[in-house]
Amino acid sequence: MYSETTIVTPDALQQPLQEGQLVINVGPQHPATHGVLHLVITLEGETIIKIEPHLGYIHRSIEKMSESLTYRQFIYVTSRMDYLSAHINNLACAMCVEKGMQLEVPDRAQVIRIIMSELTRIASHELWIGAMAMDLGAFTPFFYTFRERETINDIMEQTCGARLTMNYMVPGGVMYDLHPEFVARVKSFVVQFKSKVSELEDLVTDNIIFRNRTVGVGVLSKADAISYGCTGPVARASGVDGDIRKRFPYSGYEKLQFEQCLEFAGDSFARYIVRIREMYQSIHIIEQLIDAIPNGDFQAKTKAVIKLPKGEFYTRVETARGELGVYIVSEGGTTPYRIKYRSPGFSNLSALNHMAKGSKIGDLMATMGTLDLVIPDIDR
Amino acid sequence: MFSFQQLAQQTHAWLQQHTGSFTVLVECAIVAVFAITLFAVLGLVLVLLERKVAAHIQIRVGPNRVGPAGLLQTVADTLKLLMKEGLVPNLADKFLFNLAPFIVMMVAMLLLAPVAFARGIQIWDINIGVLYISAISSISVIGILMAGWSSNNKYAMLGAMRSGAQIVSYELSAGFSVLCIVVLSGSLRISDIIAAQENGWWIFKGHIPVLISFVIFIIAVTAETNRAPFDLAEAESELTAGFHTEYSGMRFALFFLAEYINIFIVCAIGATLFLGGWMPLHIAHWEGFNHVMDYIPSSVWFMGKTFALILLIMWFRWTFPRLRVDQLLTLEWKYLLPIGLFNLLLVAIIAIMGWHF
Amino acid sequence: MDTEVLKTYFSALEPLATFEEGGEWLMVQVPAENWKNIARKVITERNYDFLFCVTCVDFKTHLTMVYHLRGMQTDETVVVKIQLNRDQPEVATVSDIWRTAEFHEREAYEMFGVQFTSHPDLRKLILPDDFEGFPMRKDFEDPINMIKL
Repeated sequence: MYSETTIVTPDALQQPLQEGQLVINVGPQHPATHGVLHLVITLEGETIIKIEPHLGYIHRSIEKMSESLTYRQFIYVTSRMDYLSAHINNLACAMCVEKGMQLEVPDRAQVIRIIMSELTRIASHELWIGAMAMDLGAFTPFFYTFRERETINDIMEQTCGARLTMNYMVPGGVMYDLHPEFVARVKSFVVQFKSKVSELEDLVTDNIIFRNRTVGVGVLSKADAISYGCTGPVARASGVDGDIRKRFPYSGYEKLQFEQCLEFAGDSFARYIVRIREMYQSIHIIEQLIDAIPNGDFQAKTKAVIKLPKGEFYTRVETARGELGVYIVSEGGTTPYRIKYRSPGFSNLSALNHMAKGSKIGDLMATMGTLDLVIPDIDR
Repeated sequence: MFSFQQLAQQTHAWLQQHTGSFTVLVECAIVAVFAITLFAVLGLVLVLLERKVAAHIQIRVGPNRVGPAGLLQTVADTLKLLMKEGLVPNLADKFLFNLAPFIVMMVAMLLLAPVAFARGIQIWDINIGVLYISAISSISVIGILMAGWSSNNKYAMLGAMRSGAQIVSYELSAGFSVLCIVVLSGSLRISDIIAAQENGWWIFKGHIPVLISFVIFIIAVTAETNRAPFDLAEAESELTAGFHTEYSGMRFALFFLAEYINIFIVCAIGATLFLGGWMPLHIAHWEGFNHVMDYIPSSVWFMGKTFALILLIMWFRWTFPRLRVDQLLTLEWKYLLPIGLFNLLLVAIIAIMGWHF
Repeated sequence: MDTEVLKTYFSALEPLATFEEGGEWLMVQVPAENWKNIARKVITERNYDFLFCVTCVDFKTHLTMVYHLRGMQTDETVVVKIQLNRDQPEVATVSDIWRTAEFHEREAYEMFGVQFTSHPDLRKLILPDDFEGFPMRKDFEDPINMIKL
């Protein structure tokens, strides 16, 4: 399959370089925590002419691999896809299988699923703030956000058994029941969070240097956001109101009160503000649910070996990055015939060239940082 | 009351007795040893201080394994850097490549000369002290550009040019703020400036304009020493990795050390000009209070003020994000320079009319 | 959204369209040659401005391209399928209509071998540049890396 090693010419040189243009590489190793993203940037002086992402450094052929895994097994490979919203990825897959089986999920399981998803969303946004501030040169917020993240990870570890790739969702519900201390710990986390996030906002949001570096940088218009398929906070910052939890509610979100956070400027600062407000909305959701977790089963009864009927099923959820779609084509066996993961980062990344073209290289960090790319999500 | 001045005078007298005509040479040797020791100790202390300050701002502990409470950390770091392979890139200009760190170190050492560490302890009280400081600190740009050029690396060259542009621009603002003090004291000589602060530090006596120039001075020297938030030239997550990309081992250690010594020097100069140097806190006409303040040795005063300013500059680094290069230069040319010029005018008026304390 | 209305619309647009039953959304099967025209009409007339999933499925006798389209204002969703010949799979690109298709079509190209005519930049995206073969096809063999159960 693999030919002998040849020298591969940079793709950017397919178009001959003009006078005064320079091709540089960003990555694939980064000092900032982006993952293995390789950008080939054509520069003219300080202005960016073209950005080409070179992907595939962490391609693990998850889709092909899932074709030989059973319907219970393939869910857990997706935790490794977007490891920062691992629960939500697993939830999408479990929901797709449930749709195929036409299985009812008990109320308790639904509420637990929502709480876990929202905690994961908060943890993901916290890490994102830390990483983005570090990209821009402010090293301190990273540690403050990780303090909150540590609390969430500890809560997860107690209930699910793992801190990062918590394989907790199963078709029909969740794998284990909640730990007895879960409710108390989440309540104290909510209190801690509210007091600490205001600290973070003082340090980052109101900082004039930070604002100067993000306001007006990397503008994405609403029409472009829809055309490039951007979803999640990237699209909401441009005014696209496509939050899956509101549009196509799943797993009990229809009963909850929360707002969709929209901004209309479409620049990096808008994307930042959307995520901050989303964190507050997630806390609001958790507060509505934590005192009223219904009793009952945490898992619906299913057969040991799951077989989906012939057909195709599509589910979508709102991860921290955007809309994750799971498309299963089933031929009636115990393993899926074809799985396609519509990952949010893939489409968000395709808008990077459009956003950063014509801007200065110093703005690239702000633009790329606010897209919140997790490369394993893109490469699958 | 302990005083270095007495020690210096006694040593001078003893040397006159025993060595006669070679006194000057022996004293030069002593001063050289003193300067190098100061460098080494300061380097040790400042690097560790930075790491500890950073850690406490970031709610962690910092180095605490090597030595008691981590005090020998820098010794370990220096040993590591000494033992690293010092690579010279293949097509680099070897002479300039090796010379660049030494120029930067040399500048730092030369700047030690006019600084008054305590009452009577000043290596060279030249009559154009302030001008000497401004002039010599400009030479460091040559060292940086040399480093960038001789590395034979386009990113290092870009970083060096950016750094050079930044330093040259901010020297203007620093110069203007220093000029305000010169106007008020009426002399360029460091010992005269300190003596003029006998009845109160300039930052209190010269109220508004001196306060403005102090703020401008702090911003300008943070930019001159390439410290955050102005550290674009050596930032890790930006693309051009700075003028010292190709340096490793001992040469890198010299750059690294020179940066921290520069911070010490500019804070020492700021403390001397604005906060009185070794002069204790005196308030005019409060003889009793002044007498009490005099009991604290002048070296303690000087070191205390300098380290207060160093802590302030370190605080900046861990709080603010980085400025983009065009924002950095806009800040200087469109904001700090006009304010500095206007301030100079204000100070001149105040000095002539005698409206300061 | 009314399935019957959509069926009428698509039948009028493309006489050769066939419909599949049993899914959550309307599934329309169109021939490959007319896809570009249908795409142009569908984005302006029905406002399907959000192409959210581009897949290729390898049924062992043929390949099928699957496009999931949605209108952001109306939330109407339609699934368009195109059957392609396995030996020479070719279809027109829609990356000038929906910009998101550019990356998705590159991925379908490298994984399944589907040629997208007039694509601005059709080359491998995720796989290494010197990779041979189309890995997601069902007849892809890799004796080193694939373990046959």
